[in-house]
Amino acid sequence: MTGLQDKLTPAQVEEFGREMDEVRQRIVADLGQADVDYIHNVIKTQRALEVAGRGLLFAGFFPPAWVAGVTALSVAKILDNMEIGHNVMHGQYDWTRDPALSSQKFEWDTVAPSENWRHSHNYIHHTYTNILDKDRDIGYGVLRMDPAQKWNPYYLGNPVYATLLALFFQWGVMLHDLEVDRVVKGERTWAENKPVLRKIVRKAGRQVGKDYVLFPLLTGPLAPLTFLGNATANLTRNLWAFSIIFCGHFPADVESFTEEETENESRGQWYLRQILGSANITGGKLFHIMTGNLSHQIEHHLFPDIPARRYPEIAGEVRAICEKYGLPYNTGPLHKQLFSVAKKIVKLALPWNGEPRTPATVESDKTLRAA
Amino acid sequence: MTALVPRRARRLASLAEALLTPHGMDRYLELVDPMLVRREIRGLVTDVRRQTPDTVTLTIRPSRAWRGHIAGQYVRVTVEIDGVRRTRCYSPAGSEHDESLELTIKADPQGLVSRHLNRTVTIGSVLGLSTPDGEFTLPSPRPRRILLLSGGSGITPVLSMLRTLADEKHEGDLAFLHYSNGAEDALYRAELADLARRLPGLRVVHAFTHAKTGGDLHGFFSKEHLAETAPWYPDAETFLCGPKPLMDSVREVFEADGLGAHLHTEEFTPPALTFDTENAEGQVRFARSGREFANSGKPLLEQAEEAGLSPEHGCRMGICFSCTQIKTSGCVRNAKTGETSSEENEEIQLCISVPVGDVEINA
Ligand code: FES
Repeated sequence: MTGLQDKLTPAQVEEFGREMDEVRQRIVADLGQADVDYIHNVIKTQRALEVAGRGLLFAGFFPPAWVAGVTALSVAKILDNMEIGHNVMHGQYDWTRDPALSSQKFEWDTVAPSENWRHSHNYIHHTYTNILDKDRDIGYGVLRMDPAQKWNPYYLGNPVYATLLALFFQWGVMLHDLEVDRVVKGERTWAENKPVLRKIVRKAGRQVGKDYVLFPLLTGPLAPLTFLGNATANLTRNLWAFSIIFCGHFPADVESFTEEETENESRGQWYLRQILGSANITGGKLFHIMTGNLSHQIEHHLFPDIPARRYPEIAGEVRAICEKYGLPYNTGPLHKQLFSVAKKIVKLALPWNGEPRTPATVESDKTLRAA
Repeated sequence: MTALVPRRARRLASLAEALLTPHGMDRYLELVDPMLVRREIRGLVTDVRRQTPDTVTLTIRPSRAWRGHIAGQYVRVTVEIDGVRRTRCYSPAGSEHDESLELTIKADPQGLVSRHLNRTVTIGSVLGLSTPDGEFTLPSPRPRRILLLSGGSGITPVLSMLRTLADEKHEGDLAFLHYSNGAEDALYRAELADLARRLPGLRVVHAFTHAKTGGDLHGFFSKEHLAETAPWYPDAETFLCGPKPLMDSVREVFEADGLGAHLHTEEFTPPALTFDTENAEGQVRFARSGREFANSGKPLLEQAEEAGLSPEHGCRMGICFSCTQIKTSGCVRNAKTGETSSEENEEIQLCISVPVGDVEINA
């Protein structure tokens, strides 16, 4: 390995990995009723908001009811996708053996079928985090998000593509699983895509059916208002999810890696890569819940299968361990992280290759050896 | 008109499902009342009674999806303990013609679920239930002569048979021989006495294994007990459920008499499984979850759990098939039968399958 990872001696990496394992074991041993009660409460809140939102849209002729309805529905969709769906499908609640909380069975309120997503996200992205050419979440096959991606004129449209992706994020995530860019390059055949496509069509059909056909029809003369309300809720969720997710890996100073660098990684090195490749967002308790605790992206990448409500509780400890080893812990308020991401999207539209990749600063070898 | 109602109701239900996609109606209904669910089966406890100090008898009203049971079958009962769902099999004790469900659960000192049920269930508790399963059932038409034989809490499936036969006003010879330690452990004594009064052809015999007095018979099972209870047993179909020593000695007598084909059994105590944890070799791989570890020689279910996975399971003794998964490659030994099989893509029960060398499971 090169870069920062060279600054730690193999013994230090191993020790660091052991400390991370200890954090994990302590939480795993402590899982119990409180975690289940928590997720049940979130689910109850989400369902109540959804029912309320849909209900209020039946009175959508009255503007405050429409606004309240759309707000409730937007929050419901955000909770469903982030704190519930994303986390349940990571297997965070598999230990409860509750089929309604099973990573294999859960389906979320978005057009991307959970089964496809589990492959592209849980497996590909979480295994190959920030490894160029392997982690397909870098730029989602559409954007140039890393200076090491070779520039070509297509990337002049980077800011436009990013805007479109933000607006239609759920569709982007859905299409992501088709790996169209790889089909275009001839690395994947349409035949291979058939099963994925079949699932997509089914799932998207149902989602579109309820949001844009059935519910509008049920509200009779208010159909256009309901249609608009549902579209707004989907849009709000799209913008929110896009922002939070892009802040998790693309602010400045987040590192990416090459395949050679990460060959034969040890467990400690794997943890190290997760930390260097992720970024957090600071905020209050409600904010964390609304992000599905992906505001603790670093903790999530270290321990993707631990219930996300535990991330805030271990964040301090993870940060202290990072400090001890002189590792960066990338975090900041939402506006700062978003701005950093936006800057990158615009900069990388041009044939700019960034400064030669400097590994994030390590205090000094001396402090490290002393650590 | 009457035919239209269910059709219209069904259409409404599928509209509701479409509106509530992707979670489906049950996930909303259960928030209002857990008993409203349509697809899953749940049971509301309507009565709790204690016949003996270490058992509890529950009367349960099952939710809509319940379609009744056949006497002798078992159901999987699910409870949540410390946030984790646990499932075990129990045989209903009531007649198959009853609408409610009756379970009698003995607290096993090592049993997590049975102790939990004994300690915490009250009127109003809701339990998870499965559709009933199992091959241990009365044939129909009913045999003319039937001997029912049970020990301890193994009484439940055979009592269910007896109550069913009573409801059907069975006319042939019927005998019920039940083993318990002593009077204080004898389950369903009053009910059995009542049945014996109502059914002229029925003979109920209580055998006490540890008490010297108070029973109809004393000591462990013997051929004499059999002859005493049902002298016509060679012409009968015999249904047996109880602890392993009882099962073994009954089997021995029937085999010796060449009557093995007329003896029907249900095993509820785990058979003594033997593992060789010393000489285990090979790697175990759970493909879908990407976990791989060295074979420890224990059953796959335990190995998976030790590796942090939580595969679905129920009885953990090879009877309920909740733990069935596809083995894509490798060889496993069935700990119950000792048979080995190395077929590709075959279904195996994780709880009783021990890897022999490298094994890959599609879970
Ligand atoms: S758990 Fe019941 S058969 Fe394996």
